[in-house]
Amino acid sequence: MPLKIAKATFATLTVLFLVAPLIAILPLAFTSSVILTYPIPSWSLRWFEELFFADAWRRAIVNSLIIGAGTTLLATILGTAASLGLRNRLIFFRGSIRTLFLLPMVVPAVVLGVGMQVLLAGFGLTNSYLGVIIAHTVVAVPFVIVSVTGALSGIDERVELAAQSLGASPTTVFRRVTLPLAMPGVLSGAVLAFATSLDEVVLTLFVAGPNQRTLARQMFSSIRENISPAIAAAAFLFIVATVIIGLVVVISRSMLAKRR
Amino acid sequence: MSGGSSRTGRSLLLLAPLLVFLIGFFVWPLFSMMSQAISDPAVLRLLPRSAEVIGDWDRKSPPTMPMQAALVEDLKAVDDDQALGDMVRRLNSARSGFRTLMSKTTSALADPANPPADLVSIDKRWEKPEFWIAIADALSPYTDRNLLAAVDLGRNAAGNIEHLPADQSVNRVILVRTFWIAALVTFFCACIGFPYAIIAASLDGWKRDLMLGAVLLPLWTSLLVRTAAWFILLQEQGLINDLLRGIGLIDAPLALIFNRTGVIIAMTHVLLPFMVLPIYSVLITIPKNLMPAAASLGAPPLRAFLRVLLPLSLRGVASGCLLVFISAIGYYITPALIGGPGDQMISSIIAFYATGSANWGMAGALGMVLLVATLVLYSVYARLSNDESGRR
Repeated sequence: MPLKIAKATFATLTVLFLVAPLIAILPLAFTSSVILTYPIPSWSLRWFEELFFADAWRRAIVNSLIIGAGTTLLATILGTAASLGLRNRLIFFRGSIRTLFLLPMVVPAVVLGVGMQVLLAGFGLTNSYLGVIIAHTVVAVPFVIVSVTGALSGIDERVELAAQSLGASPTTVFRRVTLPLAMPGVLSGAVLAFATSLDEVVLTLFVAGPNQRTLARQMFSSIRENISPAIAAAAFLFIVATVIIGLVVVISRSMLAKRR
Repeated sequence: MSGGSSRTGRSLLLLAPLLVFLIGFFVWPLFSMMSQAISDPAVLRLLPRSAEVIGDWDRKSPPTMPMQAALVEDLKAVDDDQALGDMVRRLNSARSGFRTLMSKTTSALADPANPPADLVSIDKRWEKPEFWIAIADALSPYTDRNLLAAVDLGRNAAGNIEHLPADQSVNRVILVRTFWIAALVTFFCACIGFPYAIIAASLDGWKRDLMLGAVLLPLWTSLLVRTAAWFILLQEQGLINDLLRGIGLIDAPLALIFNRTGVIIAMTHVLLPFMVLPIYSVLITIPKNLMPAAASLGAPPLRAFLRVLLPLSLRGVASGCLLVFISAIGYYITPALIGGPGDQMISSIIAFYATGSANWGMAGALGMVLLVATLVLYSVYARLSNDESGRR
């Protein structure tokens, strides 16, 4: 019995350690004070106003949306095409190619950032949206690959063969059978790519100019220089968005599981 | 057969765009970073004529007239002060005294009223072969200076590798600190994550879902948000200090932020999911009746754990530890925001060299050290997880 109590206590404390910090800062988004401490003197939406109407924050949000959209588009197209190519077991060096595709997840962001800055400076792409989108796509692509190859491996190849034997051309098989079956994987890959871009700070520090300041970059310098409850408001939005994104991924995965 | 080869062609066509993209924007940047570390054309670019004639010299006898003439020509042609400064810095680090010698020489050469006959007439030191050897060595476009300096080594006047003096030896301290912080974080993650995963795997229903959800929510939340949360919680007037004072555990607020404690707490929180998930995924494959079987055979719980559960789950623990350690050694944001000056890890130093002082050579060399460490550990991890899936 004491063992059971110890286990329950340990599990509860660890759950608290994991979740409580995220919950504890949510109410601070609605403080009317300029400092980030409890107790909250009175409730107000002034920091959300700051977030959406102050010039620096508003531009950062717009930049994040532009760069996130570009990254999602590029990473999803490149990653989905490559995942389809990886299905073919006859490809030489299939394992090595897959490893290369996943490696951007492993390489420390600062190392990649240094190299990227040197390279993009050579192309004249530093301080441009395209440069930031390219950098974000490199680190977002592995998530698309993992997600889409997972969905593709769940497809029963006999379904495609059946469509083929009924006279469907390869394009039709792809359009009417393979793609719809892989769609949940593609969608969750796209969501993860967007989330990666939204959260990326280090590469952004290296390749973006002052005009491409993203929300994450703005939060980073705001914590570093003058922390204000606008951070808590931004964190509130992030956490709410995370829960929504999490639900989308879970639902699309369960759709995938049902199809199997 | 033609169907098979057209299918292969189509697959290659699908793979090609991402392959080209990643070679261009992932592999190439890493190589250009490494080439920054070993290339140093500062001297060669400014002294092309000297480079041609100095190769014939025997490195022992006094400098020949063509060598002197070529160097005079090269120095007269220099119009970029910053490049000249870079060159002098490199020459001076190879042979002290070059700074004064060069400024004396260039100002003498710049005087049109009174053209010097040769270099030796400007300064007697130009007779000595040592200075010319330094130039000859510096003309090579490659250097190991940055890579050696990354681990606090350097070459002495005779060209042998030796330790740098203590006042220049900062990198090794930072490397050791990086590995030490990563090891501590890995240790705490293992201490919390292993029992947590065991408990989660032994439960079912909503309790298990809750425990897994508690791991996934922070994993999916923005790293910046989690760091901001800890920043707010750990500050002097933060919730943790308020809480501890409220219970009466402490009188004065504890220093939890801008020091090692804060960095370890925040990094453990951020990386804990990477420990729990691999261990959990191994544990759920272990048949649930093994532990009762051990107990029915008379093994006390501790012995059953040590002899049955631990060996079976060790692979997951090893994967989790490697994953946490690999992530931790590359960390930048959390130490930068929560740590003090004494808690900065190798990534911060790389960022400082790159953006703060534009010393791309040192940034590249330290980046190479970090990259190699990461890739070696990752290959161990990949082998471990491949074996695992092969065994199933």
